[in-house]
Amino acid sequence: MLDAAAVLDFGKVTDRSSSLLPLEIEALCYQVGERRLIDRLDLRVDAGPVTVVMGANGAGKSLLLRLMHGILTSSSGRITWGGRELDQDVRRRQALVFQRPVLLRRSVAANIDFVLRQRGTGSRERRQQLLACAGLAHLAKQAARALSGGEQQRLALVRALAIEPAVLLLDEPTANLDPAATAAIEQIVRDVHRSGTKIIFVTHDLGQARRLADEVVFLHRGQVVEQTPAERFFDQPRSSQARDYLAGRIVI
Amino acid sequence: MQDFGQAIVLALHLVLAGNADLMEIVGLSLKVSLTAVFASCLIGLPLGAVLAISSFRGRGIVLVLLNALMGLPPVVVGLIVYLFLSNAGPLGWLRLLYSPAAMIIAQAVLITPIIAALSRQVIEELHDEYAEQFRSLCVSLPSAVAALIWDGRYSLVTVALAGFGRAVAEVGAVMIVGGNIDHLTRVMTTAIALETSKGDLALALGLGMVLMVMALVINAAVMALRLTAARFAYA
Repeated sequence: MLDAAAVLDFGKVTDRSSSLLPLEIEALCYQVGERRLIDRLDLRVDAGPVTVVMGANGAGKSLLLRLMHGILTSSSGRITWGGRELDQDVRRRQALVFQRPVLLRRSVAANIDFVLRQRGTGSRERRQQLLACAGLAHLAKQAARALSGGEQQRLALVRALAIEPAVLLLDEPTANLDPAATAAIEQIVRDVHRSGTKIIFVTHDLGQARRLADEVVFLHRGQVVEQTPAERFFDQPRSSQARDYLAGRIVI
Repeated sequence: MQDFGQAIVLALHLVLAGNADLMEIVGLSLKVSLTAVFASCLIGLPLGAVLAISSFRGRGIVLVLLNALMGLPPVVVGLIVYLFLSNAGPLGWLRLLYSPAAMIIAQAVLITPIIAALSRQVIEELHDEYAEQFRSLCVSLPSAVAALIWDGRYSLVTVALAGFGRAVAEVGAVMIVGGNIDHLTRVMTTAIALETSKGDLALALGLGMVLMVMALVINAAVMALRLTAARFAYA
């Protein structure tokens, strides 16, 4: 597998994420009917560390990620990226990898080409580099949907990298994968981070959070209950909810 | 009136010997209906795709109308196209009445709603799956439409086939705007109607056989195509 950092670097600025960060969220609400799924949430995420968002099912992790990315519209509140409103231009510099990879009904190569064409940056070499980075170069002509689960997610991940994102958002990308496939995804994510791309990673897998996180944002009932550097979070979480979660107790 | 069994034998003979009149009629039928399907797909597929992925006030009403138009009676379509193309009509200067072009227009009007309505269903299903990914990638509407049509191509072939089936089998519209003129606008359905009323059952039956065999072959081909697509995980 080719190093994703090398593929992304491409002779460009090393810290591509700086202009989009910090991400600032103020009093964000997302309401469905009477239920407030995100409840006056405040958060500031700075450039640099791998930010892992944790929390129990239904805490609002995936929702928050979609709101940050602008594919969902909040009920109220404010989201700014580097001081700029969440407009098309900001959104085009972020990529989101979903829990279940959504691959086009085309070949592996065509899936990458589609995204490259969207940004008008398509070239054969670029595609081959990205495929090599996912270890999929030899499967370029295969139908994307005939790949294994792990291969599909690796393809989805490098396809997201095709837009050279300043910020890479990942929504439990390894929830359905075995340990080896998970390790492969994590390795690419680490490489991407090394290239200067900001990583915001949602997971409920404690082991994965320990392996990847520089800082942890812990959500509970649609609110941030703590934001702590990783080394402190796993040993001495500040909130009782995070303590319970880490101890394997049911958080209500 | 010929004996029924005799008529069938004669009909088989006509078909197997490749009778020139019969072949001419079959050829024109295919030309008219295939062209109509092609034109309808050019309009209907993008229309269906746009309806599938856009949301606007009154979309529900548009969908109900479109679905209702799927059941347009061919004679009514024939009559409307006739009014437009007749000398006194707004498109009379084109001098298209009683020509294959007029028949193509009538059939295209008849099946465009079918193509649009059915493709809307197919594409909406596909879009449900792609929507978030497309929004995440900031895919523009024209790109999304093109991508959805391309990725749904194997299902959309079936939609086009439904349109073709309707076009090639209808008689009312082509009869009115084509006039069933021998060697000019006579197609299978109008010929069958005419020959039956004349009592020439052999030609009518022969054409009927061709029509049915065609339906069978095309359906089998499309099914084979879809199975292959599914095997290669493209559908």
